[in-house]
Amino acid sequence: MPPLLEVKGLHTEFRTGAGLVRAVDGISYTVEHGETVAVVGESGSGKSVGALSILRLIPDPPGRVTGGEILFDGRDLRSLPEAEMRRIRGRDIGMVFQEPMTSLNPVLTIGRQITETLEAHRDADRATADRRALELLEMVGIADPARRLRQYPHQLSGGMRQRVMIAIALACNPKLIIADEPTTALDVTIQAQILELMKSLTRKLGVAQIIITHNLGVVARYASRVNVMYAGRIVESGRADAIYHRPRHPYTMALLRSVPRLDQPRRARLDPVEGQPPDLTRLDEGCAFRARCRFAVGRCAEARPALEPAGEPGHLAACFRSAEPMTEEAAA
Amino acid sequence: MTAAETNGPLLEVQGLAMHFPVTEGIVLTRKVGEVRAVDGVDFTIGRGETLGLVGESGCGKTTTGRCILRLEQPTAGRILFDGRDIGGLKGAELVSLRRRMQVVFQDPYSSLNPRMKVGDIVAEPIKVHGVEVDAHRRRRRVDELLSMCGLDPKFADRYPHEMSGGQRQRVGIARALALEPEFIVCDEAVSALDVSIQAQVINLLEDLRERLGLTYLFIAHDLSVVRHLCQRVAVMYLGRIVEMAASDELFDNPLHPYTQALLAAVPIPDPRIEATRAFRPPRGEVPSPLNPPSGCVFHPRCPVAVEGCKAMRPTLREVRTGHWVACNEVH
Repeated sequence: MPPLLEVKGLHTEFRTGAGLVRAVDGISYTVEHGETVAVVGESGSGKSVGALSILRLIPDPPGRVTGGEILFDGRDLRSLPEAEMRRIRGRDIGMVFQEPMTSLNPVLTIGRQITETLEAHRDADRATADRRALELLEMVGIADPARRLRQYPHQLSGGMRQRVMIAIALACNPKLIIADEPTTALDVTIQAQILELMKSLTRKLGVAQIIITHNLGVVARYASRVNVMYAGRIVESGRADAIYHRPRHPYTMALLRSVPRLDQPRRARLDPVEGQPPDLTRLDEGCAFRARCRFAVGRCAEARPALEPAGEPGHLAACFRSAEPMTEEAAA
Repeated sequence: MTAAETNGPLLEVQGLAMHFPVTEGIVLTRKVGEVRAVDGVDFTIGRGETLGLVGESGCGKTTTGRCILRLEQPTAGRILFDGRDIGGLKGAELVSLRRRMQVVFQDPYSSLNPRMKVGDIVAEPIKVHGVEVDAHRRRRRVDELLSMCGLDPKFADRYPHEMSGGQRQRVGIARALALEPEFIVCDEAVSALDVSIQAQVINLLEDLRERLGLTYLFIAHDLSVVRHLCQRVAVMYLGRIVEMAASDELFDNPLHPYTQALLAAVPIPDPRIEATRAFRPPRGEVPSPLNPPSGCVFHPRCPVAVEGCKAMRPTLREVRTGHWVACNEVH
């Protein structure tokens, strides 16, 4: 079976006052049916823009998808007419965003926001849609769903609003859910509840997921495969276990070393990634990470390394030295 | 120097409470209820120590910090700084207290004036408190503060918007250090930063503590950061401290059911460990502080609650040396 989603050489640019920003600079990856793939990266790495590009939600101007193919369920999303694309968004691909307060309409009841989706995509009549809305709220674990359906978003807590977002995302039995920092705005116990909910529901219903996050713990708990992004490119990609235990890219290694860990006693000092992320308007032809890289050598300034097999089968890294043992001695 | 200044804790908080009135009406306002943001909190911070104050939104950790800074007038309780009750301080005495305690806020985007150059931002407290009247020497001091915080002194001529989040937070720290305080409240000081930058700022805070002998109250929701940075940690829930212990003791051996639930909820960045963790998120959500549950405020969500928890509010007691818990079911 071909993968559910195949992104090939995606490029997205923004024209800004400071110059052209290649927010997504040629990323390729796949998502299989029912699989959870994480996209990790820091601010400005292009992880959200990459996801919005799949959905064709990049505001133009200033942004534009300038190249690549997005094959979803056998169709190229980039060449679909807008009307067709609207049928895919919300029906075949569900979305969950970071801010449930801004992504829900404040003047519509919770019930109306769910039935709207059902009526638009499923041609459901009002009564069927109402029944389904009640069923969905029950499924996402909202107590007293009949009363909640008549309420407005401001009457719900942040965790409950995110549950409603998940209910809307699941309303039309999508094949894929794209969740962009779905729990970043939530408290840690609520974050755990929401992620557990998404995990159990997507498993039960066989829905594939792309989780976009900066939280390495969330990735470790929920994703089977991981794409690490830096400055608009995927720098490493592989199974979660390999990414965490046998990383082949110096950025991934540095990132994992820099996080303080709850399960480890106090250390003398953290080992941060030194320096600042690069200015995306001033990238040169070399590797974007080299200024902060402990393993950088002369050729890193000459060209950006391509994402190539490294380590175990299916593992990819974009580093000239990914085949070498990257130990303390190898650091320049 | 008196005995109080050399021995004893730097900060002592006793029975602190902060209740905010909830009012109705515009012209004729009347009180219809109160939010018990902080409801009877006791702790001390030793000189050179970092105490972590953790908990979820609305638990009262920020309000506690604001009371200590005298940005709120507490409803009840005493705050002793260096052995002295700061509650009644006015005028010159309050000004000199403010020189000794400073604050670093979460959001480096909104806590720096966008119209001021970085150099002027850092120089402002020095000017306001009349510490250095000579502009030339003030400028030298600013350069020194910036380099102490890992910033090139040439940043003094830039505006905040020309800097990254991590650099801005360094400016916020330089400003807090300008008056050579002894005590700094860090309110979510590294929470808005990216992972790689966060580690840099955490190291900076630690270096400064060692070099300048600072004492921190570190308010944060990120437990991993707190474990790394703090010697002792207090966990708050709905306005009260439910557990307090040395950092490694608290994280390796949590006793309060809320602390246990909180720690279990934090994912560890290692898929192998995550695969083996038995994990059940705590049920329900934090109740409204307008109408907190009776007895132990955690009882509606607590997995070990018994009938008695609904009636009796547990007090914070020392169950092992230095390990304090407010739970009737912990023996």
